[in-house]
Amino acid sequence: MKKTTIMKGAALGALLAGSALVSPAMAQDSIYVANNAYRTGPFSGSGTPIGDGMRDYFTMLNERDGGIGGVKINFEECETGYDTKKSIECYEQAKSKNTVIYSPWSTGATLAAIPRAHIDKIPILSMAYGLSASADGGQFPWVFIPPLTYWDGASIMVRHMANELGGMDKLKGKKLGLIHLDAPYGKEPIPVLEALAKKYGFEVKLYPVAAADMQNQGSLWLSIRRDRPDYLYNQGWGAMNPTAVKEAIKNGFPIAKLVGVWWAGGDDDARAGGPEAKGYKSLNFNAAGSNFPVIQDILKHVVDKGKSLAPKEKVGENLYNRGVYNSMLVAEAIANAQKISGKKVVTGEDVRRGLETLNITEARLKELGMAGFANAVKIACADHSGHNKAYVAEWDGTKWTQKGDWMDPLKDEVRPLIEAAAKDYAEKNAGWPKRAEACEKSS
Amino acid sequence: MFYREAGQYKTSYSADMAVFPIWQDRIGIAVILALAFIGVPLIGNDFFTTTVMIPFLVFSLAAIGLNILTGYTGLISLGTAAFMGVGAYACYKMTTIFPNVNIIVLILVSGLFSAAIGVLFGLPSLRIKGFYLAVATLAAQFFLQWAFVRVPWLFNYNASGAIEVPLRSVFGIPITGATASPETRYFVCLVLVVVLTWFASNIVHGRLGRSWMAVRDMDIAAELMGIKLLNAKLLAFAVSSFYCGVAGAMMIFLWYGTAEAADVFSIRLSFTVLFMIIIGGLGSLIGSFFGAAFIASLPTIMKFGLPAIGIPLSGATAEHVTFMLLGALIILFLIVEPHGLARLWQIGKQKLRTWPFPY
Repeated sequence: MKKTTIMKGAALGALLAGSALVSPAMAQDSIYVANNAYRTGPFSGSGTPIGDGMRDYFTMLNERDGGIGGVKINFEECETGYDTKKSIECYEQAKSKNTVIYSPWSTGATLAAIPRAHIDKIPILSMAYGLSASADGGQFPWVFIPPLTYWDGASIMVRHMANELGGMDKLKGKKLGLIHLDAPYGKEPIPVLEALAKKYGFEVKLYPVAAADMQNQGSLWLSIRRDRPDYLYNQGWGAMNPTAVKEAIKNGFPIAKLVGVWWAGGDDDARAGGPEAKGYKSLNFNAAGSNFPVIQDILKHVVDKGKSLAPKEKVGENLYNRGVYNSMLVAEAIANAQKISGKKVVTGEDVRRGLETLNITEARLKELGMAGFANAVKIACADHSGHNKAYVAEWDGTKWTQKGDWMDPLKDEVRPLIEAAAKDYAEKNAGWPKRAEACEKSS
Repeated sequence: MFYREAGQYKTSYSADMAVFPIWQDRIGIAVILALAFIGVPLIGNDFFTTTVMIPFLVFSLAAIGLNILTGYTGLISLGTAAFMGVGAYACYKMTTIFPNVNIIVLILVSGLFSAAIGVLFGLPSLRIKGFYLAVATLAAQFFLQWAFVRVPWLFNYNASGAIEVPLRSVFGIPITGATASPETRYFVCLVLVVVLTWFASNIVHGRLGRSWMAVRDMDIAAELMGIKLLNAKLLAFAVSSFYCGVAGAMMIFLWYGTAEAADVFSIRLSFTVLFMIIIGGLGSLIGSFFGAAFIASLPTIMKFGLPAIGIPLSGATAEHVTFMLLGALIILFLIVEPHGLARLWQIGKQKLRTWPFPY
């Protein structure tokens, strides 16, 4: 055999051995936090700012406070490219490195991780995405979906519509169109909207967009012109959102009546419509902008020191801030876990308890430098989402602004649906375990 | 020096026509099987088993399936992912309807559904050839993927539209579902792949395989020799889809667990499997394994292995580096040997025979 061949073989052997030894010795003086990100692939446009926000918040905590409770956070990003196969690899890596929490960052990755969470003892934080039914803590003790679910979002949309029309009774006879990605994610709001439509007497029209046609919505908008819905709710994703905004303008649909779910509220989504996109709305649960002490701290400790991957002008954009918000939830869960368990270096089981009793009040938000940045979040043992408030944001042509007050979802309508869906999930997945984890006394 | 057939005499026709005529080859295959059955479970951890070995086995089987159609019979197909999806959905429906039937049996039976659908979409192959057939199979891909999203019966009216793999045990050992250990799932995959590869090897070396190759090389000549094109082509579609269907069922049940299956079985997967057989070697079973290892496992090994051996790469950088290295390797291999890795393997063996005194 030639020398080079032997070398190549040795290199490949070393690689194989390396990947078999992914779990290195754990440093006991730090907490390992695995985090999926998608800076590559078709959705990198929204994945990159989110990933930057999440990363920068933890870097800031490590730089400013020396971690959480004096323990450094070993934050590691795993690239998924929004691909389920790669997400599964990332989950396995996170598991082998004993992560205390797992943020899947795609519906597919969440669905794949949910059945494994209680076995591997890793709490899953799917922040306002994933499986709506997982808001039922009784069936899903290891899955958390704060601050609210897609079903809550759809109910807030109905509420927003009623507010503008002047009351729930004015909904009768109105038409709400739902533009949605023709995939599980896009179809999520349908059962809630249909239930609410029946109750309040409005009509729901569905406009599905196939994943392959995200940028080709011409025929869909022809039917929208024919049906003339009063409002449009956009459960869209990726390239679908700017296309919907552009098509609405092109087809003369009043842009102020087009409301996107929170994932349709990227700065680039709205910007694509040009000046006429002014008035485009989206649901939101975090504020955009950099006039918050927390963002200023990030700028001071991370961005100005050259430790961020984000360009300075992107810091404070809506999706960047949402990444910060996600990391804040993780950090608060860890801090809470430290408080409950009395340990400095917490485990996944402690963080699960920490999440379950998470209660971020307005006062706490102020301490975090997030007054006005987000609303209070409370999670309980039975309620793993909290059904917290959201608001309607409006694009003013250059940035997202808050329009109207924070609104509660129609929890009374949504909650029974969630419990029914959770029960259904447990029944269909034969052998789904009964909740064995005790509730905390304080919750 | 060690690898040569000198002194090994064949005394019967069957010995002469054996798949592994030289005993060194037979030892080689025994060593590989021993490694797969004993070595991997002993030294590999959960991470290695779940993210490298199981995907490798699943993709190998899918590549064998496509290779039967494209490599051996010369019919290009872009519907691989859809046929895999049929297998996965069929297995899901059957395990819902017959919860007590052995899940391994169901995985195999789901291949039959896939075979039936494959024959249906293979009918145009009697009229159209080459790139035009590729487009016709593309229709299968689009239609079936559409059905996976739009027919709620297929995913049991699940609100999230996903396939949720239930717990199924054989002899008290969980095989599918979250509690099944990676080793168990790996063993089931391995046994299925070994047995099905052995079947495939017998098929392609037998009468049927030779008729497929005759059709591939020149279908008019094959017809003149008495091969019925209808039977040969449709059988190729059936067998190929059977393998793809089993691979699809394995993919969801033994690897992913729960998945938005309509998204998984997209056109990208079809292309991935097609690239596997092109890189691995058209018309070669071992090429299917090489291709699967190269396209499915090597990126994972590079992405997680490079940081683990001390090359500081993380997150998106690791992904970008992997993309670039893999792209460069594909170009390199195709320049060095356009007939795929299987041909390189063959050349290597040939050289080894005359080593150390090449002539």
